[in-house]
Amino acid sequence: MVRLTDLADVDARHLLAKECPPFGSEPFVAGPPLRERRIAIVTSAGLHRLGDRSFDIQDTGYRVIPGDLPASELVMTHSSVNFDRTGFQQDTNVVFPIDRLRELAAEGEIGSVARFHYSVMGAGWLPQEIEPTAIELAAMLKEDAVNAVLLSPV
Amino acid sequence: MRPPRFLWVPFELGRPFGAPGDAAFQTKVLRALLALLARKDGPVVLEDFPEDAPAAPEDDGTGWACPINLPKPQAAAEPAMLEEVLREIARLAPWYAYARERRGRTTFGVSGLEIERVARFLHAFFDGVPANPVAAVTLGEALRLACEDLRSWYLEAATARPGGAGSRALADWFWGETAAGRLLLALQPVCAASADAGVRHVAESQFVPRSQRHRLP
Repeated sequence: MVRLTDLADVDARHLLAKECPPFGSEPFVAGPPLRERRIAIVTSAGLHRLGDRSFDIQDTGYRVIPGDLPASELVMTHSSVNFDRTGFQQDTNVVFPIDRLRELAAEGEIGSVARFHYSVMGAGWLPQEIEPTAIELAAMLKEDAVNAVLLSPV
Repeated sequence: MRPPRFLWVPFELGRPFGAPGDAAFQTKVLRALLALLARKDGPVVLEDFPEDAPAAPEDDGTGWACPINLPKPQAAAEPAMLEEVLREIARLAPWYAYARERRGRTTFGVSGLEIERVARFLHAFFDGVPANPVAAVTLGEALRLACEDLRSWYLEAATARPGGAGSRALADWFWGETAAGRLLLALQPVCAASADAGVRHVAESQFVPRSQRHRLP
């Protein structure tokens, strides 16, 4: 996220006007210590492999990002033009920190990095609109023995 | 719904891990985020990351400059506007090639069109509804992907030299100082009145950033 004061007024007003459904107060999911965590990245940045289907404006689907994919093979087709792309153009890890996760895994700080990561295009979907995709992703993450997910928005 | 644990970061939109090319800073953000996994208090864990991203060179008072000085766009109407864009592309091409080689990657290419064809395809909207050169998507999506490619290509060329630049300066450069930016600004009202509904939709919301719409004709 960003400081509202760092945004152009028109962008700040747009964000403030967004409808944000409240979270309930149910407890968090607990898990093992960090060194035993198998971590996946799920990003709403509209990332995918070049050659994979681009995200279109009404796309609530997901794209698979293999864990061994070189970060350099990712492109972005998020439909919003109202955020910066130049950071991602210079360094994938500023949005999708896969190299940093691999380093922490190599040092034993986290348990392992997931076999697959996932990307959606988060252009203001309400929770119920993206929920079927989230349920599908959750099942695949469980199958990969993932026990922590890093959600990376743009 | 069970809430995730949140780390609020003060970085600009599009850079959730703060600073491109700064692995140490990205790891610091990542560690702060992962540390929240151990938290069991609630009802909501929402922590603030305490540091700003390292300052871009433009913030140190020296300013950012495109690797080459492009001539100020002059054309007020097409077809001269296309010629100006193609001349810019020719001048920036060595810097784009250098950026691609230095980074070992490019984010250009989502439309599948070469950069000159991207410019010609976009310009063709001045003459009505052009043929769709991207078989896999609708004409509106082809327009959106071509716009994405044009911006990516220019901005990768503009950031070719090491040192980086802030996103606001780069956006002001593209939309305010290049013929490519002028082409898109001139096209927006044309596409907003297109006979193709998909093209109209893209023109209305996916064409010009809100922060640059004051430049629209």
